[in-house]
Amino acid sequence: MTTVPPEVSPLGLTLEAAPHAAAESTATRKKGLGIASWLAIAWLTIMVGSAALADVLPLKDPNAGVAPKRFAPFQSGGPILGADANGRDMLSRTIYGGRISLIIAVCSILVGLFIGGFLGLLAGYFRNWLGNILVGLFDILLAIPQLVLALSLVSVLKGDPNIPEGFHLPIILVLIIALGLVSIPILARITRASTLSWSQRDFVTAARAQGAGHGRILFREVLPNVAPAMFSITLLGMAIAIVAEGGLAILGVSVEPPQSTWGTMIATGKSELDGAPFILWIPIAAVFLTAVSLNYLGDVIRDRFDVRESAL
Amino acid sequence: MTDLTADPAEIVEPADPAVGEVLLQVTDLSTSFTSDRGTVRAVRDVSITLRRGRTLGVVGESGSGKSVLARSIMGLMPSNATRTGSVEFGGVEILNAPPKAMRKFWGEQMAMVFQDPMTALNPVLRVEQQITESLHEHLDLTKDQAHDTALALLTSVGIPEPARRLRMYPHEMSGGMRQRIMIAIALACGPKMLFADEPTTALDVTVQAQILDLLQALQRDRQMAMILVTHDLGVVAGRAHDIAVMYAGQIVEQASAEALFARVRHPYTEALLKSIPKLEMAKHTRLEAIGGRPPDLVDLPVGCKFAARCPYAQDRCREEEPELLPDPDDASHLVRCFFPVSVAASAALQATAPVAGEELA
Amino acid sequence: MAGIGDAHLRAPGESLLRVENLVVEFPSGRGQKVHAVTDVNLDVLEGETLGLVGESGCGKSTTGKAIMQLPSPTSGRVLFGGQDLTDVKGEDLRTLRTQLQMIFQDPISSLNPRRRIEDIVAEGLNIWKTGTKSERADKVDKMLLTVGLDPKVVRGRRPHQFSGGQCQRISIARAVVTEPRLIVCDEPVSALDVSVQAQILNLLEDMKARYQLTMVFIAHDLAVVKNISDRVAVMYLGRLCEVGDPDLLYANPAHPYTAALLSAIPVADPTVKPDQRETLGGEIPSPLSPPSGCRFRTRCPRADDQCRNEVPVMAQVEGDHFVACHHPIAPGESIEGTVNLAGALAKALA
Repeated sequence: MTTVPPEVSPLGLTLEAAPHAAAESTATRKKGLGIASWLAIAWLTIMVGSAALADVLPLKDPNAGVAPKRFAPFQSGGPILGADANGRDMLSRTIYGGRISLIIAVCSILVGLFIGGFLGLLAGYFRNWLGNILVGLFDILLAIPQLVLALSLVSVLKGDPNIPEGFHLPIILVLIIALGLVSIPILARITRASTLSWSQRDFVTAARAQGAGHGRILFREVLPNVAPAMFSITLLGMAIAIVAEGGLAILGVSVEPPQSTWGTMIATGKSELDGAPFILWIPIAAVFLTAVSLNYLGDVIRDRFDVRESAL
Repeated sequence: MTDLTADPAEIVEPADPAVGEVLLQVTDLSTSFTSDRGTVRAVRDVSITLRRGRTLGVVGESGSGKSVLARSIMGLMPSNATRTGSVEFGGVEILNAPPKAMRKFWGEQMAMVFQDPMTALNPVLRVEQQITESLHEHLDLTKDQAHDTALALLTSVGIPEPARRLRMYPHEMSGGMRQRIMIAIALACGPKMLFADEPTTALDVTVQAQILDLLQALQRDRQMAMILVTHDLGVVAGRAHDIAVMYAGQIVEQASAEALFARVRHPYTEALLKSIPKLEMAKHTRLEAIGGRPPDLVDLPVGCKFAARCPYAQDRCREEEPELLPDPDDASHLVRCFFPVSVAASAALQATAPVAGEELA
Repeated sequence: MAGIGDAHLRAPGESLLRVENLVVEFPSGRGQKVHAVTDVNLDVLEGETLGLVGESGCGKSTTGKAIMQLPSPTSGRVLFGGQDLTDVKGEDLRTLRTQLQMIFQDPISSLNPRRRIEDIVAEGLNIWKTGTKSERADKVDKMLLTVGLDPKVVRGRRPHQFSGGQCQRISIARAVVTEPRLIVCDEPVSALDVSVQAQILNLLEDMKARYQLTMVFIAHDLAVVKNISDRVAVMYLGRLCEVGDPDLLYANPAHPYTAALLSAIPVADPTVKPDQRETLGGEIPSPLSPPSGCRFRTRCPRADDQCRNEVPVMAQVEGDHFVACHHPIAPGESIEGTVNLAGALAKALA
């Protein structure tokens, strides 16, 4: 009745294939991204691409007056996004500012991801004294208001003004470390929650029964399942870091002129709200669109990689 | 709707005039779901007649459509479901009744006991609130009346210290107690019909017996009609008046419990009985497993849906779909098979396959 | 049951696995302890299948995990081939673990959804770098074939593409591929449909014969346990009730709990009306404060002061049949006639 397969089970069993193989995996997995996802990807590509290629692109010097002061955007004969209070090209400033904002956000979250993710993995997997100590640590860090923590970290890391200039950490590095440390407990808590549920699965017990060590179990069995949640939260974290950098800049803690970030652009643009509000709104729009894109993609990625566990 | 010209298998006890009244008439009910993979045809052309005071056991494996059937009759459907056919309850067509009308129906006319009492009960509400919720909704009772009714309900479902239990949360109770609470909630507004969807699958065997006894006693006292959905032929054998065996969304065999077990007609029912390990068997008795798996409900094969796994299948079975027809010897015994078997359940239960890994082909 | 003693154990040299005075306790809130397993003695001969049966909360799964040292028991000895596993730590335990494997109840939870079937089955071989890469792949293919899956089609797929029964086949392949001596099966068929259940039970029997396996088979279904076991141990609330050859034990249950369990099983026969049979009342007490003496006494129709005060000791009934009960049911004694379980129900509900 059935065609005899070329190989035969030693127990004489009829061989079975995966029942839901062909049709289902293509149908559900290859569902296209929605228009919103593509818009978000496009925006982020433009932002990252232009920031990376800023030196090669035909941009005006962001620190030199090239147009009449407070030149309004979208007017012929001047910079497309207008000029700020010093006549500097807003487009160029937004791209160069975005470069530093993005570097700070990405690097600080990577610091948080590696340290926080690793500690979260440990805290979720080892439910003994080690896990308890780590959780306590996260809770203490989370109890301190984030902005206060970041501000105090920055002031500590910037060091004593009396020390010679050469011994100071570059302010960008200071901001990366400060925001990175602030994000550690958040990323650790989320990683821990996901690790906790995955490491109670039977396949983890099965791996232990086969003699797998803790490292092998953590990185081969647990981490691949936790990673999508971590990746998704990383994107959300970047959005938060960009906004947080802006907050610090408004409080006066950021890079020194002539360098600028979206945060410092917002901080200096505040005073132009009456005469030339676009000087404030352009960096705010850049922060907003980038943060929304990151948040949205984070959600999309979480849904997509949500593992299918059953055929039904 | 009072059709008392019952067929021989449906003998009515004359003592109670309410018994025998046709309560539920399901005609050609089909249910399908839209999914990423296509249309899932979960239930196809099911017809059922159920009278007051009687229990219909619906038996099948996972994916047979037995739970979907119960929910389709009740109208508890997700938004991606489509139902066709007819469901008459007490002479009223309810298949396309508006949701508002159905809410009135649920609780007062029909109620359901679910498989997993832990997820069916709300973990943050005390038992009393969960029971009195529907009492307030349907019966317009005062607070004290509702409390007294809840107390009486818990007593009737055999819960010791009912007053104390009313103040407890679901997680403070054992699985058996939670299932009793579920039954009390289902019975709160005195439904005429009870759906029990695998009510004891999550419970231990000694507790299962208690809950089944309770359901049976309550059904008898209240003259309810009951549909008992289960995967275990043993559960329905002694407790249902009629049994419908489902496979791939269809009823493949339907008869009174006595007739079904006296003379199994469908090869699937026979195979199911054979594959269960029995207490009477000596240790290490080789079980007669049904090879393969049920068909994909999105992509159903032509012909008889069981043909691929059936030891008696012929060419006709793979080309043509059999209808659910009365057995020539017993008009009340319906079977969907071109080449029905004729074995007593007891014989099927003792059958053994001698060879290791023997293939059904 | 609910008893102690070791009359049912065979000579220490004969058994592959010998569990002595096993105790497993978990801390629970407010300084309370869950007495999951209390003073259990068990042994399994080479090539034998021991069925461990009882209702949820009886400690049967905890016993299985304690044998595997996942985690190690609170106290007691687990002798495996003469070596006490509770004494072995760290690297030595990791090495020894390959000789004991486990099959789980939930087919979905027991396979890592992110890994391919070939990697899942090969894991044990990869950890220990058994043979060359191609030898390992070969072994995996042969094992998939043995459990009835076509390796060509199955190898690269992930668990979600398989049905529950097929997932259990993969679990069995993973457990057997490292050629263990003992397999602990924790309810391996309870999540499956009856028709699939028979396939898996037959497969386990075949695998056992082919690979000379010794098995501990944990289940709540008495008929399933009888079918696959050479010896059955009935547990209740952390203690053993009754141990013996299933043919003897099921024919003449000596412990009132075993008798009640057997009578509670629904029979696929409409002429046996369930309400004519006796139902055991009440439910299993809390393992936080188990009853004194015999732990079954709160639900037992035969219980008296002796049961309250003394823990019953395992004693021989006949041949390979042992019971821990002060008032066992004598062979041939009618259970219905003497054991008024309906009375117990009334008492429990009073």
